[in-house]
Amino acid sequence: MGRGRGPGRWAARAVVTAYLVLLVAWPLWLVAQHTFADGLDQLRGIVDDPDVAHALRLTVVVAILSVVLNTVFGVGISLLIVRYRFPGRRLLNALLDVPLSVSPIVVGLALVLVYGGRSGWFGPALEDAGLQVVFATPGIVLATTFVALPLVIREVVPVLEEIGTEQEQAAQSLGATAGQTFRRITLPAIKWGVTYGVVLSLARSLGEFGAVKVVSGNVLGETRTATLVVEEKYLNFDQGGAYATAFLLALVAVACIVVVSIIRPKEEPR
Amino acid sequence: MPVVAGGRLTRASGLGLGVAMLWFSLLVLIPLAAVVATAAAGGWSGFWQAVTNEQTAAAIRLTVGTAMLVTVVNVVMGTLIAWVLVRDRFPGQRALEVLIDVPFALPTIVAGLVLLSLYGPDSPLGVDVANTRAAVFLAFLFVTLPFVVRTVQPVLAELDPEVEEAAASLGASRFTTFRRIVLPALAPAIAAGAALSFARGVSEYGSLVLLSGNLPMQTEVTSVRILSSIENDNLGNAAAVATVLLAVSFAVIVALDVIQRRVGRRG
Amino acid sequence: MSIEVTGVSKRFGDFVALEDVSVSIPSGRLTALLGPSGGGKSTLLRIIAGLERADAGTVGIEGLDATGLPARKRGVGFVFQHYAAFKHLTVRRNVAFGLEIRKRPKEEIRRRVDELLALVHLEQFADRLPAQLSGGQRQRMALARALAVEPKVLLLDEPFGALDAKVRKELREWLRRLHDEVHVTTVFVTHDQEEALEVADEIVVINDGRVEQIGTPDELYDSPANDFVMRFLGPVTQLGSQLVRPHDVAVAVGADDPDAVAGRVARVVRVGFEVRVEVSTGEQLVLATMTRTEFLRLGVDVGTTVSVRVVPGAPVVPVVPDGSPVRSGLEVHAG
Repeated sequence: MGRGRGPGRWAARAVVTAYLVLLVAWPLWLVAQHTFADGLDQLRGIVDDPDVAHALRLTVVVAILSVVLNTVFGVGISLLIVRYRFPGRRLLNALLDVPLSVSPIVVGLALVLVYGGRSGWFGPALEDAGLQVVFATPGIVLATTFVALPLVIREVVPVLEEIGTEQEQAAQSLGATAGQTFRRITLPAIKWGVTYGVVLSLARSLGEFGAVKVVSGNVLGETRTATLVVEEKYLNFDQGGAYATAFLLALVAVACIVVVSIIRPKEEPR
Repeated sequence: MPVVAGGRLTRASGLGLGVAMLWFSLLVLIPLAAVVATAAAGGWSGFWQAVTNEQTAAAIRLTVGTAMLVTVVNVVMGTLIAWVLVRDRFPGQRALEVLIDVPFALPTIVAGLVLLSLYGPDSPLGVDVANTRAAVFLAFLFVTLPFVVRTVQPVLAELDPEVEEAAASLGASRFTTFRRIVLPALAPAIAAGAALSFARGVSEYGSLVLLSGNLPMQTEVTSVRILSSIENDNLGNAAAVATVLLAVSFAVIVALDVIQRRVGRRG
Repeated sequence: MSIEVTGVSKRFGDFVALEDVSVSIPSGRLTALLGPSGGGKSTLLRIIAGLERADAGTVGIEGLDATGLPARKRGVGFVFQHYAAFKHLTVRRNVAFGLEIRKRPKEEIRRRVDELLALVHLEQFADRLPAQLSGGQRQRMALARALAVEPKVLLLDEPFGALDAKVRKELREWLRRLHDEVHVTTVFVTHDQEEALEVADEIVVINDGRVEQIGTPDELYDSPANDFVMRFLGPVTQLGSQLVRPHDVAVAVGADDPDAVAGRVARVVRVGFEVRVEVSTGEQLVLATMTRTEFLRLGVDVGTTVSVRVVPGAPVVPVVPDGSPVRSGLEVHAG
């Protein structure tokens, strides 16, 4: 098998290309087309709408917060899992993947059950202390962080496993402190893995919808995020506005993938 | 900080682990436990009533059935796509690589809108699946596209071409070589991709909102059922159905762990 | 003749791997394709096996034109440098693979596999996975697997290249003994001249996509066709315009020999029983090797004036004045 020749190879190429064009490329292209059907008017309309502008700002702030949280937590927990042995390590390793396969609606529900202001496990106490989580920005941040949690870890763990500990030991034998070893040896080695994880997390965080819908309360001009705007506009028959907002989100998502695909080959000659 | 692979925890790393576990518990473990606890609070009969409610049961059947069907399609198409991307070289291949990742990065609500533009009422193809079960299938197919491709691709790339040449020199035809040598080598990766794809399908929500119409008994999926329970302030009911989805997620994670360990033994 | 390669050429892009190569490989013998890495020997082996297609030329196996046949129909056994083990199958199933493909009866397969596992001394590992074997064991499994289908010819591509020196030597002797038992026409590729000289009945020296010389180990050693073959088979030194082996350089003190060249001992290095004496003739540094006993009898040291000459009857090859290798292929003997 392998380097197939003849008609089989051409058939495979054609089937795969047609499948991807029909499922992904063409629909994506149509959204861009709808957006620019009236020139730049749709996009301008979106940006000029103060509620939409607020939603976009909120989305960006939430995404950045969640990426920072997930990067710090992700790099830290990756180091712990790869470099140390402790009881429950394998269980933790498996549990870290959970957020990838939990329905966003279940994520929202889970957070409401714990942090809900009225009947949540911790919610009432937190609210008495003056911190509203659900139906407020902290809830949106929590939901977004939850769904994007494993992405940095999944990129950093294999890199850490591959580089091994020789370089770190060499640095320490040369008198480097733990902090210096991390900053000068470990971090440069994992930086592409971290970057890749950060970009994926960013794309995921900007686009979270279901979990945010449950915990945000979807209050216009306050807790409505960009993805919620798309739904709202579409259901209110403002298709142009929906397509324009969707186009902006899709643009960022595709940009993230392209960035990743450019980063990736650079990683190889490591 | 890191010292030796397999090292024991130092005071600093132990503290780090403690903080990380606290955060992970507050964010993930305690909330998920709350779902199960709330479901359990209603007792077995309450749980059973919630999940066997006619409308809910229909939603679960549709979700699981469609996710299975989509997984089968992904196993075939995902393996074929991975094969073409690894073993073939042609112009435009890089663009196909990017397309594979689009469903992963695209916000799900946007994914729904994107599909609607080609398969909705204004379809330039004249194919309108909006508000039908085909829409659910299509949405699942879109969001689960990357999983099998991305798990099979690296394994296929690592596969030693000499192994296939050895089979050929022993008299195996191309088909026999694929069936008896290549497929068994790819099987764990395909299984892992299928498990992820199934889990993703079962838990899908966002891409269906605009596409499937959420018609009770027809195109309503499990996540939508849970959401309407939440919106009706029936959190017990929502938690019961959510527990079913969580059970599926855990089953998938356990399956993945088993697969990985089996592959590890093969070396 | 078992394998007839006629006028085979092969290019990979701009790189010429083989250029108009013709070789006849006799039946029942153990033949080595010897040459430096990238010289084309592996490509030739893969073309014989049908794993690579020649751009021009024909390949005949046992009197049949195999040029257009796919690998699976050629009846050749192929052993790869990195074993190409089927990782998901046990040792037994690996060996049985070719027979299962041919839908042989279960009982026959079992018997034949047992025989082969005994032949390669892997009986007790039959139910292990390849990952649980050492490199040498995996290569023996690969050999048994190739032999199971009773191939007309057995082809081995650098079969011991991935193994460490000790295992390599063992397997090399073992291959020779195995061949004496099984008698299948065998061709193996190697870049190790010692391996070829020790194991093969016949050696084909390949370099730069061309055949430099074909012959038995003795013929190659005693009458190298050109300076390349001579250099490749072991250490050489240059005396005047001739290439000669250092142990064929005679060193004398105070001799009055018209064929000898005068010089001065520049350096003496002792390696075990062997002594290397470097003699400067003014324009050349000539290397002569001798046993310790000979060296002591000669009684020279650094600075001693001596004369050097080629031992009469020793194989030599001319070097053209500018130092570029002679490509005429003619054989020249001294004396």
